[in-house]
Amino acid sequence: MLFFSYFKELVGREVTVELKNDLAIKGTLHSVDQYLNIKLENTRVVDQDKYPHMLSVRNCFIRGSVVRYVQLPPEGVDVELLHDATRREARGG
Amino acid sequence: MSWAGPEDVFLSTSLASYLDKKLLVLLRDGRKLLGLLRSFDQFANVILEGACERAIVGDIYCDIPLGLYVIRGENVVLIGELDLEKEELPPHMTQVSVEEIKKAQKAEKDATDLKGSMRKRMEFLDFD
Repeated sequence: MLFFSYFKELVGREVTVELKNDLAIKGTLHSVDQYLNIKLENTRVVDQDKYPHMLSVRNCFIRGSVVRYVQLPPEGVDVELLHDATRREARGG
Repeated sequence: MSWAGPEDVFLSTSLASYLDKKLLVLLRDGRKLLGLLRSFDQFANVILEGACERAIVGDIYCDIPLGLYVIRGENVVLIGELDLEKEELPPHMTQVSVEEIKKAQKAEKDATDLKGSMRKRMEFLDFD
């Protein structure tokens, strides 16, 4: 549940989601669920010329199972908080 | 906390907000399907009405009509809501017939197959 909770904190931030098929999409994190499915708003594809079919996609749903990386804004990462949360989770909540 | 409850359907990450809209569904094999979302579940299994496949080869494309499609969730990569204000494709792309796009797809496949087999035969050169 840790990463689900963590991603929920990032709602509203700008993130870049890189998929397993190398497609990278930048957008505002709208929501996330327990499978780490992600909804993005105001999306744009990083390499637009290579993916012309994505031109008119503004909002999208990405299946959690196809995500390789999520790039976060540096200010969205509080390492101390994550450490504490990890220890708490390891102890069993 | 239970996760499989019916209230999940109303979570903001659900596809409910995309119902009855024209969507682009990207599949794991790289295919792009367009259609109206009529139903979905928690696995991202989806039903598309009036589905068509958008085949793109270089600067040409074709929408191949398919009909009603039930797509198994594991094959779904991304579901995109199309902005109706914007052009779906860049202006330099031209629409061609189904026959033409099939021919172009075959030519493209043959070219990559050839490249693959040449590479395999030249492997002893170790040019990485």
